[in-house]
Amino acid sequence: MIDRSVFIAGAAGEGVQTVGDVVARAFQVHGYAVFANKEFESRIRGGRSSYRLRIRETPLGAPCGTADVLLAINPDAAAYYQSDVREDGWIIAPETGDRVDVIVPFRDVAVEHGGKEIYANSAAAGALCATLGLPLEPLTAALRAAFARYNDEIVASNVAVAAAGHRHAGAQVASRGVRQIPARTARYALANTHEAIAIAAAAAGCRFMAAYPMSPSTDIITYLAAHEDLGVFTEQAEDEIAAVNMALGASAGGARAMTATSGGGFALMVESVSLAGMIETPIVIVIAQRPGPATGLPTRTAQEDLLFAIRAGHGEFPRIVFAASDPQDAICKTKRAFDLADRYQTVAILLTDQFLADSLFSVDSPMLPDGPSSQSAPPSSIPAMYARYALTETGISPRLYIGQTEHPVILDSDEHDETGHLTEDLRFMRPAMVEKRLEKGRRLKREMHPPQMNHCEDAEAALIGWGSTRGAIEEAVERLRATGHRVGSIHFGDLWPLPAFDFPENARYWTVEGNATGQLASLLTAEYRVPIEGRIGRYDGLPLDAETIVKEWS
Amino acid sequence: MTSNDAFASHVENQWCPGCPNFGIQTAVKRALNTLGLAPHQVCLVSGIGQAAKLPHYVRANVFNGLHGRALPTAIGIHVANPQLTTLVTSGDGDLYGEGGNHFLHALRRNPDITVVVHNNQLYALTKGQASPTTPRGAVTRLQVHGVEVDPARMLATAVIHDCTFVARGSALDLDGLTDILVRAIKHQGLSLVEVVQPCITWGSHPVSWYRDRLVPVPSDHDPADRDRALSLALESADVLHIGVLFQQPERPPFAASYRAKVGSGPLASLPRTGRDTIAAHYATWDPPRPKQ
Repeated sequence: MIDRSVFIAGAAGEGVQTVGDVVARAFQVHGYAVFANKEFESRIRGGRSSYRLRIRETPLGAPCGTADVLLAINPDAAAYYQSDVREDGWIIAPETGDRVDVIVPFRDVAVEHGGKEIYANSAAAGALCATLGLPLEPLTAALRAAFARYNDEIVASNVAVAAAGHRHAGAQVASRGVRQIPARTARYALANTHEAIAIAAAAAGCRFMAAYPMSPSTDIITYLAAHEDLGVFTEQAEDEIAAVNMALGASAGGARAMTATSGGGFALMVESVSLAGMIETPIVIVIAQRPGPATGLPTRTAQEDLLFAIRAGHGEFPRIVFAASDPQDAICKTKRAFDLADRYQTVAILLTDQFLADSLFSVDSPMLPDGPSSQSAPPSSIPAMYARYALTETGISPRLYIGQTEHPVILDSDEHDETGHLTEDLRFMRPAMVEKRLEKGRRLKREMHPPQMNHCEDAEAALIGWGSTRGAIEEAVERLRATGHRVGSIHFGDLWPLPAFDFPENARYWTVEGNATGQLASLLTAEYRVPIEGRIGRYDGLPLDAETIVKEWS
Repeated sequence: MTSNDAFASHVENQWCPGCPNFGIQTAVKRALNTLGLAPHQVCLVSGIGQAAKLPHYVRANVFNGLHGRALPTAIGIHVANPQLTTLVTSGDGDLYGEGGNHFLHALRRNPDITVVVHNNQLYALTKGQASPTTPRGAVTRLQVHGVEVDPARMLATAVIHDCTFVARGSALDLDGLTDILVRAIKHQGLSLVEVVQPCITWGSHPVSWYRDRLVPVPSDHDPADRDRALSLALESADVLHIGVLFQQPERPPFAASYRAKVGSGPLASLPRTGRDTIAAHYATWDPPRPKQ
């Protein structure tokens, strides 16, 4: 089984991502499953960043914390990232240095074979592919696709320089037993979670998105803005408060609407989370998490906003909280978020994080979800006096949007009566409205999916996680089982209301989360009274990987 | 109330008896009736405060949202359904204070909505503190030594940002205010109508004080004259001119280019994005095809 881990490292602006994407595509062309994640500083030029590529025969959405091969675009990157390279691993760099095994002067090669230094990254990509044993043809195909929008001369120069880089490195590694990687017939799609959310939102009938730019959430609105065929109106708001209120206004006017932000922006939106609960108007909010508090680490990853998402907003009202674990899962959860927000007339929050935002996953073939399932059907028989908040057994009132029919629709952030006008009837109406809203939450609980169980049949120990850590946890389980440990995993994607669930008996539980305090652990303890044996947390800004989990658990 | 008032509401009114807000309520209803609109064609949006209760007292669609957030909400409603006649009716504290940032950016966006600012120069519902428009020196229970900052000049801000319809009305002049509102609603783009609304409970002057100082804009005033409009907008204290201060040719309203593509119908009634379109986006994740 091929399972290679590659780091491509350099300064921001040096093209680390371009090289990584091209090499990822080259392996995709060659029939391999790849997984790519990125870590970088909050700056546009300079500093250090790495693109981490995992190459396997079957898909696994999990990062690898160490590298078999490091491609250093500059000497500083070689020096800084060499400690992440395995002892038997190799380092490719443009000049000699400590532990450097393959030297390819990328710029010189670019000038010699392409006439311009600007093609240096193609030399680097060629050198990396040769070192990994990937033939030139798939790389050429990936380069042609990547540069398809440029003229023939630019494409030809990149291809020529890549070939030269490939020869340069190939000559150096030939004697060291590098074996050519055979082509496979598999054709995996290469998917990104935030793109998946944008497309799935359009598929779910979303028509309106307003957002304020904030890493790592911004890719969702930029994808929709750049692809008008998806039919979603996009607006960059002046702040997150405007963004969420515009979306609520659009939703009140009948458009399925969303916004996306990170923890700090969501903090600004919180009053309107409560508003959505009070006026019973659907909205979907994506929170792409990054480490806090405050500005924290803008370009790094974390799972620190779980309890914030679940508790955000003053007063008591129902809400939906999901966490996505990969693109395919994000497609399903985006659709469910829109449909459930619509049916239960409240806010749905979808949690992602920087790790998901900046990762590429190989997937078999993206599932195409059905269209919007539950766009609130116009209530079949509206009484002469329409009451937006009519008290019903389910707590769900027949919802008309503003302008839908000749019935005026009255939405009020004050406590209101059935018609929507403000009330201070404390004897009947206030308790009735509280009960109405909470009844929706009780029914919502039945819509929630139980966590995914993996190898729990014989498990003496279970690793419990949520959201983006699923791949890493499942890989850790495989590794532990391979060394004789009866370990399984339980993974939550539906986080509020928590689903009814019976934890497997006779197992001891560890939580695994990208935070320091064990937010899921405290939630499980409170909601299920399940005893937590230990908590594994990572909070340095990097994603959890199997190696770290195995080491912490053992 | 006349029997042909389509916008008559039966909701119990919570304003102080005699409040000039009643005049604004009457003028809004008269304007809507004059324009021949039906209640379901109108959406009234407000934030929080005494003025922000107005939408409850007019039979129409209502979004009475959060303090300060009426403008972004109204923009969302307008994008979702431009066929609605959308009015924001809220107070100076709500629109200029808590929502000041949104006010600035709403001027830039120029959505086709009418913004009615009930300017009573104080916070009434929280019992009389200073608002962004309170004159320097005014003593309140919170500004015990008198307000020590200058008032915001939001009408002038609107003129500077080329708002294409800027008017000052009076809650004491029903006919004049009705006429301004009719023109404002008919005008395409953001129309700003700031209404002088003396507070009879917390204000420092009796209503008569205002009557003495409110005068119509000079008959020879040309609303296209930006410099003159700006000086009228900057007036405070002794004389306040009532009428349309500034009017420019209509500019394309917010979302016009989007609407040029999808038509003017509610977003909710547009055909759904096709399955083939969605599938084509997922297909970009497939491996690149070898060049022929």
